[in-house]
Amino acid sequence: MGSRVEILNDGGYRSDGRRQYELRDILIDLTPQGSADGSAQVSHGLTTVLVNVFGPREPRLRSQSLHDRANINVEVLIAPFSTSEHRKRNRGDKRILEFAASIRETFEPVILTNLYPRSQIDIYVQILQQDGGVLQTCINATTLALVTAGIAVKDYVAAVTCGVHSTSPLLDLTNIEESDLPHLTLATIPRTGKVTLVTMETRLHIDRFEAMMRLAKDAGAVVAQEMKVAVKTRTEDLVKSMGGATEGAKLTEEE
Amino acid sequence: MVDITIRKRPYADAVVTQRKFLKKTARGKVVKILRERYLRDDVACGIENCRECDGGSLPFSGVASHKDYPQGHFLLPDTNVFLHQMDLIESPHFTSPLIILQTVVEEVRHRSLPLHSRLKALITSGDKKIWTFYNEFRSQTAVVREDEESPNDRNDRSIRKATAWYNTHLELTRPVRRGQPKPVIPTIILMTDDAANRQKAKEEGIPCHSTRSYIEGLSNFDDLSDLLAATDSNDLPEATASSRNVTLYSDYLPMSTLVAGVKGGQLHQGHFNANQYNYLEGSVPVPAFSKPVLLLGRENMNRAVQGDVVVVEVFPETEWKAPTDEVVDQDSTLKNDDPDNSGDEEEDAEIDAEEAKALGRGRQEKTQSSVKPSSERQPTGRIVGIIKRNWRAYVCHIDGGSLSSTLSTSLSQQSVFAIPVSRLLPRIRLRTRQAPTLLGQKILVTIDRWDLTSRYPEGHFVRALGRAESKEAEQESLLLEYEVPYRPFGKAILDCLPPEGDSWVVPPKSSTSPDWQNREDLRDLLICSIDPPGCQDIDDALHARMLPNGNIEAGVHIADVSRFVLPDNPMDSEAAARGTTVYLVDNRIDMLPSLLGTNLCSLRPHVERLAFSAIWELTPEAKIVQTRFTKSVIASKAAFTYEEAQIRKDDPHRDDDLTKSIRLLNSLALKLKAARMAAGALNLASPEVKIHLDSAESSDPIDVEQKEMRETNSLVEEFMLLANISVAQKIQESFPQTAVLRRHLPPPRTNFEKLQDILQKRRGMTLDVSSSGALADSLDQCVDPNEPAFNTLVRIMATRCMLSAEYFCSGSVSKDTFGHYGLASPIYTHFTSPIRRYADVLAHRQLAAAIGYQSLHPSLHSKQHVETILTNVNRRHRMAQMAGRASVEFYVGLALKARGTRDGKATEVQEEAFVIKVFRNGVGVFVSKLGIEGVVMFKNDHKFDPDAYTISLTSSAGKEATIAVFDRVTVSISVEKDKNTQRGKVAMSLISPVNTTGL
Ligand SMILES: [Zn+2]
Repeated sequence: MGSRVEILNDGGYRSDGRRQYELRDILIDLTPQGSADGSAQVSHGLTTVLVNVFGPREPRLRSQSLHDRANINVEVLIAPFSTSEHRKRNRGDKRILEFAASIRETFEPVILTNLYPRSQIDIYVQILQQDGGVLQTCINATTLALVTAGIAVKDYVAAVTCGVHSTSPLLDLTNIEESDLPHLTLATIPRTGKVTLVTMETRLHIDRFEAMMRLAKDAGAVVAQEMKVAVKTRTEDLVKSMGGATEGAKLTEEE
Repeated sequence: MVDITIRKRPYADAVVTQRKFLKKTARGKVVKILRERYLRDDVACGIENCRECDGGSLPFSGVASHKDYPQGHFLLPDTNVFLHQMDLIESPHFTSPLIILQTVVEEVRHRSLPLHSRLKALITSGDKKIWTFYNEFRSQTAVVREDEESPNDRNDRSIRKATAWYNTHLELTRPVRRGQPKPVIPTIILMTDDAANRQKAKEEGIPCHSTRSYIEGLSNFDDLSDLLAATDSNDLPEATASSRNVTLYSDYLPMSTLVAGVKGGQLHQGHFNANQYNYLEGSVPVPAFSKPVLLLGRENMNRAVQGDVVVVEVFPETEWKAPTDEVVDQDSTLKNDDPDNSGDEEEDAEIDAEEAKALGRGRQEKTQSSVKPSSERQPTGRIVGIIKRNWRAYVCHIDGGSLSSTLSTSLSQQSVFAIPVSRLLPRIRLRTRQAPTLLGQKILVTIDRWDLTSRYPEGHFVRALGRAESKEAEQESLLLEYEVPYRPFGKAILDCLPPEGDSWVVPPKSSTSPDWQNREDLRDLLICSIDPPGCQDIDDALHARMLPNGNIEAGVHIADVSRFVLPDNPMDSEAAARGTTVYLVDNRIDMLPSLLGTNLCSLRPHVERLAFSAIWELTPEAKIVQTRFTKSVIASKAAFTYEEAQIRKDDPHRDDDLTKSIRLLNSLALKLKAARMAAGALNLASPEVKIHLDSAESSDPIDVEQKEMRETNSLVEEFMLLANISVAQKIQESFPQTAVLRRHLPPPRTNFEKLQDILQKRRGMTLDVSSSGALADSLDQCVDPNEPAFNTLVRIMATRCMLSAEYFCSGSVSKDTFGHYGLASPIYTHFTSPIRRYADVLAHRQLAAAIGYQSLHPSLHSKQHVETILTNVNRRHRMAQMAGRASVEFYVGLALKARGTRDGKATEVQEEAFVIKVFRNGVGVFVSKLGIEGVVMFKNDHKFDPDAYTISLTSSAGKEATIAVFDRVTVSISVEKDKNTQRGKVAMSLISPVNTTGL
């Protein structure tokens, strides 16, 4: 235990100076990337994920086409050197596949797939940097990429990790905290309070579970608010620049 | 709903707040480490009524106890002050308000865990005015390590920055207001013993002092001066640290070299063990060799102290040696060394010669014949570095001879030697003003440092415990020496007890009472307890009855301690820290408050008590048909002593149901035992003696007697084993990762080599150590028809070759190492004594969860948490055992003394003893009747044959006799007071076959 970091010290501070219920800084960049229909790069602290969404478009394979709704395809890529365990993971790696499956399961009930029959929506997730809360960042970035792509969704999905140190719950865990504490990742639709995903890789005491769920839900609402502000700002920027363009167009017309 | 917020970090902060670096792991992989920290402006300064910060507790004006700071001050010590001057800081006389930086706490933790625990205890005790300032998280005081800056320099800078900030903060928050008196602004003083750091602080305009110069300015300097530890830069006023430069030891290698060397296999790391028979010899067990690495002589031991984690370099095999077979006593070899002049060359030469002689003697003949069997030799080496010091406070006596006699009445400061009670420790040099008054007292001394040029470590006086040989002083020193926590339970702990106190009773049976929820009513069962006489903490009771189908139901009922000791409250934490109740001859240091131990959780007769029951259905052949566990309410029908139960069972006129149930239990126990023995369980022996105390008040022992074992002892033991094994299986099944289990690893075969050789050579007997079963069988064969005690002796010696049993967390070790060697059981735990062992409390909680009685506390799902607790409990158990043994030894000494002077005249105590060890200049003997070991030393040289384990003596009358290991001899035992140390010493001399007085 000698040189180990104290998870929650007597002053109530965590190893990075936050208190129990403080989330890390959230950075959101919605600049379009290449030919993607929607993009979002989201950072929770030092964990950074870029999601590009393509679609709805023709499925590449006939067999993947569904007659009554869109097919959702999620692919996850972990950038080399993004991670502390620096091991190369291939596309077929079991963990990556599980990860992709979790993201798909989260969004399947949220995207209004029946509006896009016989089409495909591709979600490419790139994990650029990891310091805990990777799944939460992937989910939040996916929500934003879908929104910017203009794909119809029921509502925002916001995810937060919550861990418990002895009996004190902590929100938005770093890598150090994740490796030391039992924790869960919870994705919710804050408006309805509906939970779309809960994952746990560690054992968690049942008595703690409920309290953590409640806390993570509340935190999800805070994160969703932050996401909405980012989208609103971007829309305003877009409108402004479009407005600028139209004004310019008007000018040419007048000439 | 709690307030959830997002911490924004300004981009400009990124340099301070983010770190990304590549690191190579122990397995050679390169990993990327990402860290960030969030700086804030709401970290409180801790001074009450601060205009800007919340929740301070330090006095607004500081204190004005220092002559240089009449306007008041606060003290901000650096890391080294806590590492070296903890006794000073802890002293009740030291009352300055302290600001402790996060940087400092973390550095202390990194450098020494024991000191960190003391620091934490100091902070939480509330005895002092202390504020912990989280300087690394406040934006104005956070510091980043610069390129080329060492971590040490970075921390020093961070501490200076925080001090400067505090002084500015006070000025800014107490501005001068027109028309109002000028605000009083106390000073924040940096205290550091690092001269370079003080220099820098002065340049930056930060008020600072060394520890000495600071306390010299305090009004109660006299109370504190003795507590000041000797450190390098302690700007001593007198020239005692003087200019001698004779280097006695070699410098330690740098830490990085040590770590690399250990990793590369050229160097080896382990705990240093001093040899209790020879202060010039030590050993370090290391994983790379089956035998420990031998260290011969002061130079090779290179300032290591018992328990230090050291790194050794092993010499080439041609230089390997065998351990000396001589007793070398530091008190006699060093008796002439003067603490003030050590380093004086002439005298040094004399001591060197003396020590060289002592070391060489044992080996001379061997080098001449040089054909010592290679099996005797072991890896030999020297210490090249220390990974971690394990220094603590040691109980000592002042060496009377080291006092300059002319000063005996004065109160001026002088250097004296403190001789630790433990034979494993070197004498410590210390400076004190109270030397004459400390003579003949037991005192507590800590080691501060050990320089290259100093033969002895240097330390300082902590406090006096009382007159040597007074019971109070001896008892307290015993507790200190074995680190037994013995403070009375505090209020926070006692508040966890039921408010009804000793009038608490099991509530009347009802469906609404929480105490009756899911509890079986076993009040009608004929349950009884069987314990030693005078037992107050009855934690187990038993019952047995015939079932209609011809089988037998047997039950073990254990006090339901986990009903009262709830996880994570102050009482639970204290019990976890204590780990076990410690039994001394005349005292008991409880793990839990006595209200629980001797009352609410004691399964007294005719009282309803809550219990946790294990109930089996067994065939008449004692095969288990079914096992179940339940929380219960019982009412014991009787509390027997072993003797009473035995008499009742054997009385043919008694035929009541209770007696029948004892007989049933006994018949089952016999079969259970037979089955265990057949499976290869060991019947081990340890010398157990009982001290008769005259009366409770005087507690003078009148006699020593060996403990008697009855059939009923074995009855209870068998059922406790059965309960423990059954519970172990159950909790391991339910919690494979975190079950609290106990195991006894099989001893490495090499441990038995010496004993096997002695048995072979002296008695022509063989010891088969291939398995516990084989060992048990061959121990049964080691019988000498003329010496009934011989077999017991061999068992005692075999027991000493074994490892000790330990608690472990089931997920932490490989499943094939779960076994209990001594009990020949594949799995085992402790369940039956939750009043006095903490592991049992954990097992209770896990069993309660396993049967669905209640959910398991989250901490018991955490492997790391369980491991941490068990590591401490294991250590406490070892210490408790040693303390118990030492307490018996002390009383045996008193008893001997009493016997020796019975009827007012000195008489000699003579006892029969077995020789267990032969030295070149003495024999080690074991007096089984008293359960003590001793050494008979000879002054002259005698014919010594180490291969045959014999020594030949010629008495002054010309009679010659050869004494060998296992021989029975008669010794005369007396207790002498050591002239210098005032320490009572058991002295023995041979009476027969030869009288060695004067040899
Ligand atoms: Zn303040």
